[in-house]
Amino acid sequence: MSIILDKVNYVYSEKTAYEIQALKDINLKINDGEFIGIIGHTGSGKSTLIQHLNGLVKASSGGIYYNGQDIYDADYKLKDLRGKVGLVFQYPEHQLFETTVFADVCFGPRNRGLSRKDSELKAFTALRSVGLSEDYWYRSPFELSGGQKRRTAIAGVLAMEPEVLVLDEPTAGLDPKGRDEILDLVAKLHRERQMTVILVSHSMEDVAKYVQRLIVMNHGSVLYDGTPAEVFAHYRELEEVGLAAPQVTYLMHELRKRGIPANGVATTLEEAKQSIMQAFSEKYSEQKATHWQ
Amino acid sequence: MNFIEARKLVHEYIRRDENDNVESILTALDEVNLDVKQGEFVAILGHNGSGKSTLAKHLNVLLRPSGGTLWVNGKDAQDAGNIWDIRQSTGMVFQNPDNQIIASVVEEDVAFGPENIGVPTTEIWKRVEKSLKSVGMIQYREHSPNRLSGGQKQRVAIAGVMAMEPKCIVLDEPTAMLDPNGRREVLEAVGQLGKEKGVTVILITHYMEEVIRADRVYVMDNGKVVMQGTPRAIFSQVDTLKSYRLDVPQITLLAYELRKAGVPVPEGILTRQELVEALCQLY
Amino acid sequence: MLRDITIGQYYPADSVIHKLDPRTKLMATMIYILSLFIFRGLAGFAAVTLGLFLVILLSKVPIGYMVKGLKAIVVILLITVIFNLFLTPGETLVSFWKLRITEEGLRNAAFMTVRLIYLILGSSILTLTTTPNQLTDGLEKSLRPLNKIRVPVHEIAMMMSIALRFIPILIEETDKIMKAQLARGADFESGNLVKKAKAMVPLLVPLFISAFRRANDLALAMEARCYNGGDGRTKMKPLKYKGADAAAYLLAAVYFAVVILLRSFM
Repeated sequence: MSIILDKVNYVYSEKTAYEIQALKDINLKINDGEFIGIIGHTGSGKSTLIQHLNGLVKASSGGIYYNGQDIYDADYKLKDLRGKVGLVFQYPEHQLFETTVFADVCFGPRNRGLSRKDSELKAFTALRSVGLSEDYWYRSPFELSGGQKRRTAIAGVLAMEPEVLVLDEPTAGLDPKGRDEILDLVAKLHRERQMTVILVSHSMEDVAKYVQRLIVMNHGSVLYDGTPAEVFAHYRELEEVGLAAPQVTYLMHELRKRGIPANGVATTLEEAKQSIMQAFSEKYSEQKATHWQ
Repeated sequence: MNFIEARKLVHEYIRRDENDNVESILTALDEVNLDVKQGEFVAILGHNGSGKSTLAKHLNVLLRPSGGTLWVNGKDAQDAGNIWDIRQSTGMVFQNPDNQIIASVVEEDVAFGPENIGVPTTEIWKRVEKSLKSVGMIQYREHSPNRLSGGQKQRVAIAGVMAMEPKCIVLDEPTAMLDPNGRREVLEAVGQLGKEKGVTVILITHYMEEVIRADRVYVMDNGKVVMQGTPRAIFSQVDTLKSYRLDVPQITLLAYELRKAGVPVPEGILTRQELVEALCQLY
Repeated sequence: MLRDITIGQYYPADSVIHKLDPRTKLMATMIYILSLFIFRGLAGFAAVTLGLFLVILLSKVPIGYMVKGLKAIVVILLITVIFNLFLTPGETLVSFWKLRITEEGLRNAAFMTVRLIYLILGSSILTLTTTPNQLTDGLEKSLRPLNKIRVPVHEIAMMMSIALRFIPILIEETDKIMKAQLARGADFESGNLVKKAKAMVPLLVPLFISAFRRANDLALAMEARCYNGGDGRTKMKPLKYKGADAAAYLLAAVYFAVVILLRSFM
């Protein structure tokens, strides 16, 4: 599986007074099995970008290739692409409409042309993977809590068995435990199903904790593309474009300024903790050494 | 008397079937006691479903208690005659920025409240201007709310409430649907309210970072108040908070983990600055 | 971008027309529309044209902006032209195959086209120079006498202004829901009428639910801000007639009289 974006541009409301270039010369390659995070200020083009990946939005210029095939080719079936690149929008529970949870999750596979029986099998598996108890499957989706509705909506996309799972701020509006549960679920899907996952988020801490590769969007262009450590090292530039680094990264930098040899590229809590512990234990053994002398 | 006094407040959502028989009872508020003094900044924390929003809606009588007593600004909330007085003294800002803006022009929306309580026209203009200035949105007065960002819309909502000159403002998860910038804008505006105007502020949220500057924090779970105290006292009880489906800011969590690992960092670290100081002292 | 599509966008400007009382503008628009169907002949056409363009000039709305609104009715205009050109009986001017174009046909087509264009332009002035709130305020005040026969004028006006406020939001929401369902393989285009109707369910159900949720939230927000119906409410921008309104009414009356007179001279 690979997705290649080649010189992709997207312009809104072309030739009117409101013309906006939402995407400028995007060149990206998404590789199989990656766990990618996309961050950027509101209006930076993140949402537009991900809607290009499943063909919902057509680029104004440039090409997009899924597994080497040009998705804008006249013979290419975009409907198939939408089954392979599963897109979970923000507040996905707003798309629920069926009379039961189970029926709603079957919608995706049915649209892909699967038989009733096959769709139900996929729905079954999907609902199991999102951890929604069977007690709820035959209830109206509108009776469920916010977090449960969201998991139903995600199951609805998973039931299509996509190769790539794209999630736009999947934790929006959830409480802390709810956020952890959803992100752990996504990480689990990445691990166990070897899915390629693309996560759009506003939380630097979340992104640092889970992703292997981080893309920073700014005013329609890709500003940075690297590991979280590499990207967050540019924390000053990130601030200038309205973003930030995870809290612990700032902490590490300040500790260094004050003379503690903390790891300046720590981006997660674990890394920060290890780094501080190490700095302290080195100092302690140093002190012990000088004491003995 | 305190501005808000709630004693053993109960709220039950009763589900009935077609024959009007009781199908199920959900106790959203289970004998809640709450005391808020005039001018305080109180935060109410809780996971989704803890009852915090239900409690909030009692404070301006959008919901009536099933049991217990509630006094707001010296008035009994159970007395139907007091509804409009209480609502005028206690304003509310809601979670969804779009669903609380009524007019198509910012200044007209801010005027909605004063219009409802019969404020004379010239006075309305004065209040609208004052409130828009205090939230930093005066330059948008003739704009359509549609073009504003989430944070800007919420600030307009706050101005709309302040234009009624309430003694207290309740904000029910005002930042839940905003991006980090919007969240910051709104919290700054909220902070100003308390400081400049001595308005009592009650902030309902599940984001710990927002309650750092509160005078007191209440934590709710399952319809009950389970923790009470200053932010510092509450923040140090990381495991307890986690058991209530809440979380502490990354810095506080790091301080807590370091303590567990043997580094004698003081309890209740709230900010990055504090942690830096503490670590430097220990080093 | 979709948020800019309101029914009759408001174009803010500092003009005489903008400052008129909405009731004056409502009345003037009605008179104008009547005049469009009453005028006859070139003299009448000149009067109507003069009236329209004078108002457009005074409104300070750029003519290019106004013409954009005509794009929506291009199809109707075309149909009107074709029908009138080819189906009006009279003296043949040109003919090919079985189709004839008559002199009367030409004249009718021309006048109908003009009527339609002027109709759109003239009504646009109303919505371009009057905010939705002003319009509903104007309607509310004009229709107040209906209160006596128990018509809930204030409530209707409130409903209208809230509906106007939420139209762009609902349009954007429809787009979002549509995209979400498309992302799950929904197909809104192919199939016969029945199939297409069924395909609307995943779009309409969430939309309705969302609309109800918004209505609920809005009701709470309104109550929280002490909304209690129309009694005892004051207004930030109360409608008061000014000198300019009297002049406008007078001019409208004169204009109408002229159009009628010119008609009787034909």
